[in-house]
Amino acid sequence: MDNHKPSKELFVPVERQENEGEKIARPSLSFWQDSFMRLRKNVGAMIGLATLIILILMAIFGPYMNSYGEFDQDLGRAKMPPKVEGLGWLGMDGTLSATMSGETVEEATSNANMRFNNDEEFIKTSVVSDGSNGEPAQVKAVYDVYAAKDMNDQSFWFGTDGLGRDLWTRTWKGTRISLYIALLAAAIDMVIGVAYGGISAYYGGRVDNYMQRIIEILMGIPNLVVVILMILILEPGIISITIALTITGWISMARIVRGQILKLKNQEFVLASRTLGAPDNRILRKHLVPNVTGLIVINTMFTIPSAIFFEAFLSFIGLGLPTPIASLGTLIDDGFKSLQIYPHILLFPAIVISLIMIAFNVLADGLRDAFDPKMRE
Amino acid sequence: MTRYILQRLGYMIITMFLIATFTFFLMKFLPGTPLSAADKLSEEQQAVVLEKYGLDDPVPVQYFNYIVNLTQGDLGISFQFDNREVTTIIMERIGPSMTIGVQAMIVGTILGMLLGLVSAIYHNGFLDYGSTFIAVLGKSIPSFVFAGILQYYVGVKLGWFPVALWGTWQHTVMPTIALAIFPLAIAARFMRTEMLEVLGSDYITTARAKGVNKFGVVFKHGLRNALIPLVTVLGPLAIGLVTGTLVIENIFAVPGIGEQFVKAINTNDFPIIMGTTLLIAFLFIFIILVIDLLYGVIDPRIRLAEGE
Repeated sequence: MDNHKPSKELFVPVERQENEGEKIARPSLSFWQDSFMRLRKNVGAMIGLATLIILILMAIFGPYMNSYGEFDQDLGRAKMPPKVEGLGWLGMDGTLSATMSGETVEEATSNANMRFNNDEEFIKTSVVSDGSNGEPAQVKAVYDVYAAKDMNDQSFWFGTDGLGRDLWTRTWKGTRISLYIALLAAAIDMVIGVAYGGISAYYGGRVDNYMQRIIEILMGIPNLVVVILMILILEPGIISITIALTITGWISMARIVRGQILKLKNQEFVLASRTLGAPDNRILRKHLVPNVTGLIVINTMFTIPSAIFFEAFLSFIGLGLPTPIASLGTLIDDGFKSLQIYPHILLFPAIVISLIMIAFNVLADGLRDAFDPKMRE
Repeated sequence: MTRYILQRLGYMIITMFLIATFTFFLMKFLPGTPLSAADKLSEEQQAVVLEKYGLDDPVPVQYFNYIVNLTQGDLGISFQFDNREVTTIIMERIGPSMTIGVQAMIVGTILGMLLGLVSAIYHNGFLDYGSTFIAVLGKSIPSFVFAGILQYYVGVKLGWFPVALWGTWQHTVMPTIALAIFPLAIAARFMRTEMLEVLGSDYITTARAKGVNKFGVVFKHGLRNALIPLVTVLGPLAIGLVTGTLVIENIFAVPGIGEQFVKAINTNDFPIIMGTTLLIAFLFIFIILVIDLLYGVIDPRIRLAEGE
């Protein structure tokens, strides 16, 4: 085969330019540009970010999208199933259904009708199995609640709870509280945690020693216990949750920042700045903290979901927000009370809080990979 | 090493003492006494009740008695259940909590490790994405939401296991699964990372080159080295379980410590709240200590770093 020996004329020597090796082929990128480029390529993180933006928009505008208020009670419309025009195929058609069994088809049908107060005008029954194979007969009944209550002109998108309050409004109001907690946790981490860790590491010596002993003792006390005790003495409410989170929230951030600044504080650029007469305050703020920003952001993003969980958890066990206020935790707690018959009360708040948690976690993972490729899983 | 352990034990005692003091004075600030529900008692009767709980002494004396009793393992008498010692109540209730806690820990870490292994072996394959997805869900979905899903679908709709309460082993299944999902997710993520790193190292390539088959390499050579760092996450996981039992026990009506704690909070039963708080704090500190000591035993490099 001729292929083995290409002719010499095909090869041309490369003319090497003197400074070609020095040429920078791409535009130089700052740390942030570089990180965001990597973040943009991470599909999971971008989906997480989009979900968060949608949830934030819904939390802001959701409660105004229909005319039902957060506290509007009306027992006449209690526990309405969700109904959205045009989304009937998703099961959100404003009906309740149940499959009842009985020895004969007739008995099963009457059982099924009894399940919905014998309101036969609005119940459609269909036979699932007629019992001819020796098993009990089963009849499926579909009850059109909106028609039965003569409320066909209204629709509760997420249904209503046991007191007839609109769950759409309440769910988004609850989301606001979760997002407020997220913002708060992030702020505490950034302000107290960073300041504490930074000061402890930068001044070192005796200051560091005392500050670290305090942290060691605080670390030994479980968060949960501090939070619960604080909420016991203060009245349950958004302020006591805020205080409780403030006491415990910053510790891990302080430790991480301290570790990093210990590494950085003896480097030449700090020495140079000090030689030029910069005060401690300026060295900390302008030279040390900006160098740990990546880690601060990553750590904050991991604190947020656990803070959101804490609030929901406290509200769930009845220590969080007092009753009329909607928080995702209290809504889920309400949902448990009628889980067997009206699962929709639990369903929507549960979906929303799960989405928030997943979105924050995925975004945090993505940010970690983007800011610190060495830490990538 | 001995000095280090002694130092840590010293901190542990100081921390426990501070927590005990802190909870004691917090309880003093709280409204309500064992009498609040029984206003119709005469003055003499009230005095008798107060004396029974030692509440007629001045606060410093109460505090001193409390600390002395504490060192002897006496946590006082419950307000809610007449004449029952808090220590006895806690002892009775620790069984169910331990059962579901330990089961969840074992099930969670073992399944999590398997999931992580599968992820690492089929890196970037369909199975990898699947188990990563499960891990993200497990880490994100709050335990009470997951417990609700389990209760509705497995308990109510399918009827495989009892929805709540305590008794036979079937009753432990759903609480265990609900608790295990968090350690499972964490263990899976961790195992995947470690295993990928180990599988990329030279001695694995050597072993493969010598003709050890793929699974032999993973289980004999890879797993052992990946296990070391996994021990480091067991501590936080165990602590997470302590929090988790509070929720799970309430949802599944398991007669454990967590359920008692929430009940005691709702009925202002201070001795039980204080006793349980101390127990949780003790568990927490003890787990951290054990894990820190384990690091040194498992990975000598850490011990060296401490000695510097």
